[in-house]
Amino acid sequence: MAEDAGPGPHLLPDRFAAWFAGRGWSARAHQLEMVAKARAGRDALLIAPTGGGKTLAGFLPSLIELAERPPANTPRGIHTLYISPLKALAVDVERNLMAPILQMGLPIVAESRTGDTGMSRKQRQRVKPPDILLTTPEQLALFCAWEGARLYFENLACVIVDEIHAIHASKRGDLLALALARLQTFAPNMRRVGLSATVDDPAVIQRWLGFCPPPFAGEGDRAAGVVEGAASGAAPSPAPSTASRSPSPASEGGIRTVDLVRGPGGAQPIVDMLLSEGRVPWAGHTAQHAMAEVYDVIRKARTALVFVNTRFQAEFAFQELWRLNDDNLPIALHHGSLAAEQRRKVEAAMARGELRAVVCTSTLDLGIDWGDVDLVIQLASPKGASRMVQRIGRANHRLDEPSRALFVPANRFEMLECQAAREAIAENRFDGDAARDGALDVLAQHIMGLACSEPFDMLRLYDEVTASGPYRDLAYEDFEQVVDFVSTGGYALRTYDKFRRIVKGQDGLWRVRDAATAQRHRLNVGAILSPAVLSVRIAMGKSLRGGRKIGEVEEGYLEMLDPGDTFVFAGQVWKLMAVTGLDVLVSPAADKDPKMPSWGGSKFALSTFLAKRVRELMFDEAHWKVLPADVREWLEIQKDRSLIVGEDELLLETFPRGKRHFLVCYPFEGRLAHTTLAMLLTRRLERMGAAPLGFVCNDYAVAVWALKPLDGIDFDELFDQDMLGDDLEAWLAESFMMKRAFKGCAIIAGLIERRFPGEHQKSGRQVTFSTDLIYDVLRRHQPDHLLLRCAREDAATGLIDVARLGQLLARIKGRIRHAALDHLSPFSVPILLEIGKERSPGQAGEMILAEAEDDLIAEATR
Amino acid sequence: MSALPRPAYEFAPSACGGLRTSVAGVEVLMRASGALWAPGSRVLIVADLHLEKGSAYAARGQMLPPYDTRETLGRLAAEVAALSPDAVVLLGDTFHDGRSEDRLAADDAERLRALAQGRTLIWVVGNHDADGPRALPGEAVDEMVLAGLILRHEPQAGPQYGEVAGHLHPAARVTSTRGTVRRRCFISDGERVILPAFGAYAGGLNVRDAAFGGMFVRPPLAGALGAHRIHAVGWRSLTGD
Repeated sequence: MAEDAGPGPHLLPDRFAAWFAGRGWSARAHQLEMVAKARAGRDALLIAPTGGGKTLAGFLPSLIELAERPPANTPRGIHTLYISPLKALAVDVERNLMAPILQMGLPIVAESRTGDTGMSRKQRQRVKPPDILLTTPEQLALFCAWEGARLYFENLACVIVDEIHAIHASKRGDLLALALARLQTFAPNMRRVGLSATVDDPAVIQRWLGFCPPPFAGEGDRAAGVVEGAASGAAPSPAPSTASRSPSPASEGGIRTVDLVRGPGGAQPIVDMLLSEGRVPWAGHTAQHAMAEVYDVIRKARTALVFVNTRFQAEFAFQELWRLNDDNLPIALHHGSLAAEQRRKVEAAMARGELRAVVCTSTLDLGIDWGDVDLVIQLASPKGASRMVQRIGRANHRLDEPSRALFVPANRFEMLECQAAREAIAENRFDGDAARDGALDVLAQHIMGLACSEPFDMLRLYDEVTASGPYRDLAYEDFEQVVDFVSTGGYALRTYDKFRRIVKGQDGLWRVRDAATAQRHRLNVGAILSPAVLSVRIAMGKSLRGGRKIGEVEEGYLEMLDPGDTFVFAGQVWKLMAVTGLDVLVSPAADKDPKMPSWGGSKFALSTFLAKRVRELMFDEAHWKVLPADVREWLEIQKDRSLIVGEDELLLETFPRGKRHFLVCYPFEGRLAHTTLAMLLTRRLERMGAAPLGFVCNDYAVAVWALKPLDGIDFDELFDQDMLGDDLEAWLAESFMMKRAFKGCAIIAGLIERRFPGEHQKSGRQVTFSTDLIYDVLRRHQPDHLLLRCAREDAATGLIDVARLGQLLARIKGRIRHAALDHLSPFSVPILLEIGKERSPGQAGEMILAEAEDDLIAEATR
Repeated sequence: MSALPRPAYEFAPSACGGLRTSVAGVEVLMRASGALWAPGSRVLIVADLHLEKGSAYAARGQMLPPYDTRETLGRLAAEVAALSPDAVVLLGDTFHDGRSEDRLAADDAERLRALAQGRTLIWVVGNHDADGPRALPGEAVDEMVLAGLILRHEPQAGPQYGEVAGHLHPAARVTSTRGTVRRRCFISDGERVILPAFGAYAGGLNVRDAAFGGMFVRPPLAGALGAHRIHAVGWRSLTGD
């Protein structure tokens, strides 16, 4: 503990000290420091590993304040608001928080409120607010769009944002930061508290969390400093300048910085790697080869969490484990597509210690406190060191004992990746999210919500918005454009001025047009970009009515299936009966060998940080000795037959195979960046006359094939950075990714409503009115529209990862090592094995139609 | 060619990307734009323009881009320029709702008038625009006969020899191992044809929907709208939503 004497036990009231003592504990230093920060009225970010009593540290100051508060006769509003990125976590923390409250007999009401909370409880919470409310960013956004918001939150003393590292660098993070700024307006003295797992760069999160009211006009830079609270006292550092900021009326309140509090370091985790009989397969993503050994490990553990990266993998692993489950171990399944009720059941059984293993996806990445878990198994590669640390932290919530984890690589490249991740974890090195600028579609949704809540003044609102981390650098012109978008759609053709959704009154304030418009907005709040969701229901009767709901699937999940086909869902085999409207009707099937859509790889991209470590590991021959014999041998043969290149070089191989000529390169930049690269490469190869026929990508490599030999090409020219100019623009405008990004932005910004009563129906039938139509029209008639700008930014950072591709091209400029081979290399085998499994949604439309026509012609001419 | 019976309908691609076929013995061309061209009578037929759908949504608070009318009329003008028809038949639901004509921008009204210059403009009225135009040129009719074809907005139940209709907004969905594509389409069994919606914001109804049941005397052929051409797709290749 740092300055002065450091926070001492005297910070704890007797009742609390006695409670700690009664449990045989003493309050930890960082818990006391959080109490001290609260007493001083400081905002604080607590960084501590799992198991460090982090949640209690966050709540302790509020519990003390509430316990010391004199009783009142009138309701006092919310005292502490707790925000969790996961519904399940909010419910779990509510349960854990009740222990100290009940054991100390504190007069405190703590309740959760999530999308799953019943209507009557929600109504009651509005009339009679609890002292502590535990909720999600989406629920908070709904509060912000409610007429009673100001009154409800005027006594708010503290907001706690949990698992803040998992939310700050996303659109949900943008929305939450805006909501915090709004709460601060309602309750100027509100303190902000962030709880985070260990991160590489806390300053990014401090900046996000910080409340930073604008300076006086013309004052220039604000010192939006961060303070290393625990270490060195105040050490402000300047924030980026905000050049295009407009003059704004002076606002009181100075600079508020977020103090950093660090918890103790945890014990070093023990991470092992499972090598099935010492062999690692060439290719594949399911780790099917190792399932028997995984089962064996589960049998020997007390309780294991088996993490996978996708729902497909989860269903697959669950099936496989049960196929082997001769001991009838209670093994459960948990992923985002399952019905909420079923997930709650699994969570409750887990909390009661009744399960031996849960196969799960990222839905259980975050903080749910399951003390009994003693082993974390990662099936297939972790893709990032931080996520892996988070997952490992799920095992053993006791600080002084090391967590145990087991990696099960599914193929040889994954083996390298797992090894790199192990080493990064051992060195305490992490890959973190960079700070991001707040998205304008999210801002549009927020502004519409505020107008539904109460009238707003544009300049004051600008100050409020720019006091939040992500929107600190928002230019006034952009803000104005967003307000215009919210009001009229923001079109150059001003024909909608008479239909404004928000209108400026005589008093100069903006308000929502009418109650119906407000009501519709509230139905559409939220920033999770989820594709249209279909309910999976059991088919009833001959007329196939929808019965009990088993879960939800995203649109496109069942694209490959026809009625009659079987598939695995929620751990069982089902037969697809029909898809009607928004329901997928299924019936149980006895089929042991379900037809499952093919699935390659992970939805997470390999992190830049981990990719670099993999490249380093491959280049450093001395390092190979840590690898299993077959992988080492594979690398040796690669070196012998082709090349092993330096970390900053790009290996590019060309070779003939069958009647085709292949070009394979290994950038290790993740599937998204690779797909974009492959799209652009094929365009250029086309132009060079090389007649490319197709391509396939995974996280590690790109393979392109053509009719003609490719080894005579000038590869420096082919990979020139200028491909990110016109080629990218031309491809992007037509690409389905832009359309998908546009749809997301249009929904978030409220241009398209997720639910619009009475529309899209033609005498009860579904008429699909696709956002692609809107995209096409808008792109032709107003290419600079706000939402197209948002979509372009989203596509560039998310779906196509242009940023990362740009870094790659810069990195390898002049450093391409070409190996012209007679036949395929050891490295190229995994990617070549993926050919044919790959599906290319969207862009193949014309080809599919052409094929259907060929079928017809064949039929007609037979 | 084998001795198997030929399909009852005939089709052949044309140089312009269209698909030549016959309906009740009358030669017609399905155009890649979604318009139907009757070369014998030099008549261009388009269905379901749904003009001012964007502003109809905007009036209810959903601010769709206001460019749908000019987009639709621009495409129609391009077809008129390419074919110089003697008559243009608007096959119903030309306006999205009863007040669309009031919301029509002056330059869009001008675009419509220009289309009627030097040719006959016929408004077959539909359920969305039952009264026909008020101030715009052209003649409103419930249905009309054209050289062996009967043109009406809403297809009548049961097989209808020689009927050309719109209203249903047919869309074809084709699934292959590489994914799924859904496009607007013509649908015809050689005896009747239903046109795709021509309007920029008009949605599509899957031709596998029950609404198309009992209409065709044989498995119909879909003429799916591709990027620059019509693709002929057989009934067996089509899937439901």
